[in-house]
Amino acid sequence: MAMLSRTDPKLTVANIARTPGGARVDLVRVSEMVERGAKVLDVGCGDGELLRLLSETRGVDGRGIELSREGVNQCVAKGLAVIQGDADTDLADYPDDAFDYVILSQTLQATRHPRVVLEHMLRIGRRAVVSFPNFGHWTVRMQLLFAGHMPQTDILPYSWYDTPNIHHCTIKDFVQLCSEIGVKMEKAVALNAWGTPLRFNAPWWFWNLFGEQGVFLLSRKS
Amino acid sequence: MVEANLSSPRVLLDRPREADDPRDSAVARFGADKPLKLDAGIELSPFQIAYKTYGTLNAAKSNAILICHALTGDHHVASVHPVTRKPGWWETLVGPGKPIDTSRYFVICSNVVGSCMGTTGPSSTNPATGTPWGLDFPVITIRDMVRAQAMLLDHLGIDTLFAVVGGSMGGMQVLQWAESFPERVFAALPIACATRHSAQNIAFHEVGRQAIMADPEWRGGRYHLEGTNPRRGLAVARMGAHITYLSDAALHRKFGRKFQDRENPTFSFDADFEVESYLRHQGISFVERFDANAYLYLTRAMDYFDLAADHGGVLANAYKGTPTRFCVISFTSDWLFPTSESRAIVHALNASSARVSFAEIVTDKGHDAFLLDEPEMFAIVRGFLDGACKARGLAPSEAK
Repeated sequence: MAMLSRTDPKLTVANIARTPGGARVDLVRVSEMVERGAKVLDVGCGDGELLRLLSETRGVDGRGIELSREGVNQCVAKGLAVIQGDADTDLADYPDDAFDYVILSQTLQATRHPRVVLEHMLRIGRRAVVSFPNFGHWTVRMQLLFAGHMPQTDILPYSWYDTPNIHHCTIKDFVQLCSEIGVKMEKAVALNAWGTPLRFNAPWWFWNLFGEQGVFLLSRKS
Repeated sequence: MVEANLSSPRVLLDRPREADDPRDSAVARFGADKPLKLDAGIELSPFQIAYKTYGTLNAAKSNAILICHALTGDHHVASVHPVTRKPGWWETLVGPGKPIDTSRYFVICSNVVGSCMGTTGPSSTNPATGTPWGLDFPVITIRDMVRAQAMLLDHLGIDTLFAVVGGSMGGMQVLQWAESFPERVFAALPIACATRHSAQNIAFHEVGRQAIMADPEWRGGRYHLEGTNPRRGLAVARMGAHITYLSDAALHRKFGRKFQDRENPTFSFDADFEVESYLRHQGISFVERFDANAYLYLTRAMDYFDLAADHGGVLANAYKGTPTRFCVISFTSDWLFPTSESRAIVHALNASSARVSFAEIVTDKGHDAFLLDEPEMFAIVRGFLDGACKARGLAPSEAK
């Protein structure tokens, strides 16, 4: 099932920085970009950790889509409004402007058509929040350059042959995609391995080298 | 064996009696001032609804859950059946401490209109003639069943249901409830169902009906009057239908090609195989508790069900702006109401921005899984209702 699951259970239990309260730091960063009481769709919601965080700390009206049956059934049993579905095929069923925010947390790199998914997100929601592992991080580059094998890191723990991640990108790549499809970048944060944001006035190349994850708040260019 | 057990004609005098004066049931009677307006354009009056309640209605009347039963079910959902003396058909799910916890919720279950367990149907006495309705009974629909249930709620003084829950034909009623009375349904739990009956399902129903009508004892539906009973026809209808409730895998696991009480085939048409014997038993025990004409009427009601057709063919329009929260459940091996049908419901609900959860449960038990011990289903029903409680301001569940 790991191959199909957008949110690897490994990621939800270990290897990832957590706050003293136990919440995943990257999810906290994502949640901070969401207005209180908003209507939110979490695409690839895994076991519902972000939805729960959003509902507890931001009072949002949250919905989720998750590919893995186990994840969905866990979410529903927690009382979350989650359906089994695929980001690549099922976003098309949602009407325009159905949500205030559509969130894609650690899932972009696992979609077949990241660009289409991003376009749908900004059609369905007024805003989109996207977080993804930065393939330009120096540890990734070092592994490929010096060890000569496909990188495996704390947040990219898979072997090349069983990874669900088929569209890796760097922060720089993502910024370029956003400008290509005419998306407005309202906020951008790069997190280091401890989940701490990098200096916000640092240049893009610095983020691209030292940011382990990118978290972006996007909106339509009107 | 069907032949041996069903050949002696027996007048089931208790059938009309159960239909008019159901045992262990509450009965709401609606007089000439409160007719049931049927889709067929007829006003059914007078009529009655047999029902059971479990638990206590709170002061705010906000904890009522309506359970809708399936084709051959009835209102004895969580207590002993007066005819078969068997436990209630959903005691796995409904009761104190169960996912539908009767120590917190006020559970109502009523026999559907057109059935034979105390709510007016073809085996009830037609007040105009003093004899059973038979085929003079008007054809009813799922919407008629729901209208009758709404009248029962009015009668009980309950405005809004905390939840409506049901599987199969019960799930159709749940979907109809949310469409007809969205403001009266806080949460809807349609299980193993569809928004329309498929051509294949209509075909299976037609085979069942033809089996009943081909039985010489059916007598054009006048068997109550003529002292006969189309037991063989009804048993065959049940046997055929029962196969559709299971799955190839479940039948294989349960029976395989095993012989029944013998080592070798008998080179006859006896029930050599265990699966034959099992099906015959299913048929025989069914006719003890069910009325043949009611089977005709209820299968017809399911055939006619098509929610999208009532909305210009666009299912999403059925739930536009709905305030109801939904939890749709399907089972992987259910080929009568496959997951694709549930997915169509979910897509329509998404398209209307409804709050919807959808879970598919892995099981080889086929359509019948919704009636069986499925811990994952229990966890999901409990979790969904707990979440709805929070949103509704009801105390969350204590039993886990």
